[in-house]
Amino acid sequence: MFKIKKDYYAGGLMILLGLIAAIEGQNYNIGTLRQMGPGFFPVALGVLLIFLGLLIAGTSLGTSDEEEHILPERLEWKGWFCIIAGPALFIIFGKLGGLVPATFACVFVAALGDRSTTVKGALILAAGVTVFGVVLFSYLLKMPMPVLKWGLS
Amino acid sequence: MIETALADLTYGFGVALEPHNLMWCIVGVLVGNMVGVLPGMGPLATISILLPLTFGMKPVAAILMLAGIYYGGQYGGAICSILLNLPCHPPHAVTCLDGYPLTKQGKGGTALGITVISSFVGASWGITEMIFLAPVLVQVALQFGPAEVCSLMLLGLLAGSTLARGSPLKGIAMTVLGLLIGLVGADLETGVPRLSFGILELYDGVEIVALALGLFGIAEFMKSINQEIKIDLKYSNVRVRDMWPSGPDLKQSILPMFRGTLIGSLCALIPGTGPTIASFVSYATEKKISKNPGKFGTGAIEGVACPEASTHSSVQGDFIPTMSLGIPGDTTMALLLGALMIQGIVPGPQLISQHPDIFWGLIASFWVGNIALVILNVPMIGLWVKLLTVPYKYLYPSALFFVCIGVYGANNDMFQVGETMVIGIFGYILLLLGFHPAPVLLGFVLGPRFEENFRRAMLISRGDLGVFVERPISAIFIGLCCVLIGAQVFLWLRRMRKSAKGPVDEIVPQAPQPPATSPAE
Repeated sequence: MFKIKKDYYAGGLMILLGLIAAIEGQNYNIGTLRQMGPGFFPVALGVLLIFLGLLIAGTSLGTSDEEEHILPERLEWKGWFCIIAGPALFIIFGKLGGLVPATFACVFVAALGDRSTTVKGALILAAGVTVFGVVLFSYLLKMPMPVLKWGLS
Repeated sequence: MIETALADLTYGFGVALEPHNLMWCIVGVLVGNMVGVLPGMGPLATISILLPLTFGMKPVAAILMLAGIYYGGQYGGAICSILLNLPCHPPHAVTCLDGYPLTKQGKGGTALGITVISSFVGASWGITEMIFLAPVLVQVALQFGPAEVCSLMLLGLLAGSTLARGSPLKGIAMTVLGLLIGLVGADLETGVPRLSFGILELYDGVEIVALALGLFGIAEFMKSINQEIKIDLKYSNVRVRDMWPSGPDLKQSILPMFRGTLIGSLCALIPGTGPTIASFVSYATEKKISKNPGKFGTGAIEGVACPEASTHSSVQGDFIPTMSLGIPGDTTMALLLGALMIQGIVPGPQLISQHPDIFWGLIASFWVGNIALVILNVPMIGLWVKLLTVPYKYLYPSALFFVCIGVYGANNDMFQVGETMVIGIFGYILLLLGFHPAPVLLGFVLGPRFEENFRRAMLISRGDLGVFVERPISAIFIGLCCVLIGAQVFLWLRRMRKSAKGPVDEIVPQAPQPPATSPAE
């Protein structure tokens, strides 16, 4: 019976990435070995990656036939989402409102990803990091990001 | 030779003891020591996070600090292993085997004291080796043409990816992926934007800070979230005066210390075998030659002294190929090279003559930093242990903020924060599929120089690939590459045959597995 294995996906991903590089690389001049064009390396590395992907998937054929899980046992969708939301909010609020709202939103939402963190705890942590961040980056390191502003500019 | 070395070293101390440089060196080792103790943070993640802060600094100060984080972190990692049985830092995993039993017997202080001494002995030897070996290597390397440089890089890449943790095949795939990511952006010769898929911001290439923080920051946070580590502080009350080892303990550990140092310095010279392999090999050796091997694992002081000395001698030795040839042996070294390149310094054999302040200043700062670590480590262990109780749930949101602002600050560009986020998600997918993404960075840093030299070599040889085996030095490197691949194929075949017959015998001693929050190393 066909069993799903981690390495099939791992190899598949490498084959996919290799294909992207090899196909995209053909848009540039490949040239010859003697006079290489910009497309030579992308195509060569892409083909190599496809080959490695095939090897990864191929060598796992003969190994044990237990079903393997790709996702970890405990799914942390909320945690993962909160961690990704952190930088996303940093970008949005950084563009709209400056350093203070960006920092606060980033830390607050990211902190909520932990199961045992309360809203109050996250608020305190976010406030603390914001103060620290403003002092360090705006006043001490003089980073040219406005502390507070309004709207896109 | 000794006279010139001494003169250069005096000059180096002049650089390292400048107040500005001295300050950053101490800051580096302290920060390194601190994060070395914290479970879930490693030198690699810390150097990535602090990398953007160094853009405004002078090159010497920047590299002294970043290097300090690396070797300072090794001192901290040992504390974690010995007092808490947490092998969060791979090179120190093997120290747990005897360090923690010693702690349980109430001899944790002695173990730490011996660790500090062994570390210092190992590091001192590594630095001395660098002083004398690096200039010799440079003399050889200056004769290299593009073909030799290429084969040497190939060897470095192959060794870095196959000898690291995890499956060698996946390691190579990660390196190739890193090389591909390194291609993104305008071609060096023709200016054609490559693999940027029409995104204007990618014409300058992928930013090293974004790549490092995505892979070792965001991806690691995603892996470690809600994975509480149980920390048992029951035995970790160590007083400073417990740390002076008694005469017999010291006598027992002197020889293992020197053996460990030797093994570590040998491992440093083979590209790709970093401190982790050095500490495992030295522990296994020590156990083999011991009169009563049964003692190991129950609290033998030799089992602490030997791997620690070899870790530190290998950590310092790692800088030799990095600084003299421009070929990093592992990911942390690749990151340091990246930091140098950001400062506009071209790594390679010309570094010592063009930037003697960096090279000799760095060596002198190793002494300064190691002495500072020995002095500071002792009274501050209590503080570090307290730090251990800072839970990860407060650590990662704060670190995430540093990731965001660091990437933004590198170029004052929000696009790169988004880039980091995407790389982070991708990095986590790689982790889930059983890849260790560390070699990506190795490929990324070496990629552009590899391509440049390869193209040049082909131009000179008129497209004849035979040039790599016709020139003797290059042929040696290519031969070593073949040996590496051959050895991996051989090991794989043997494993396949064994797994068909029965359970696999482990060659290396089995250390406790790192908890889920181990840093990518």
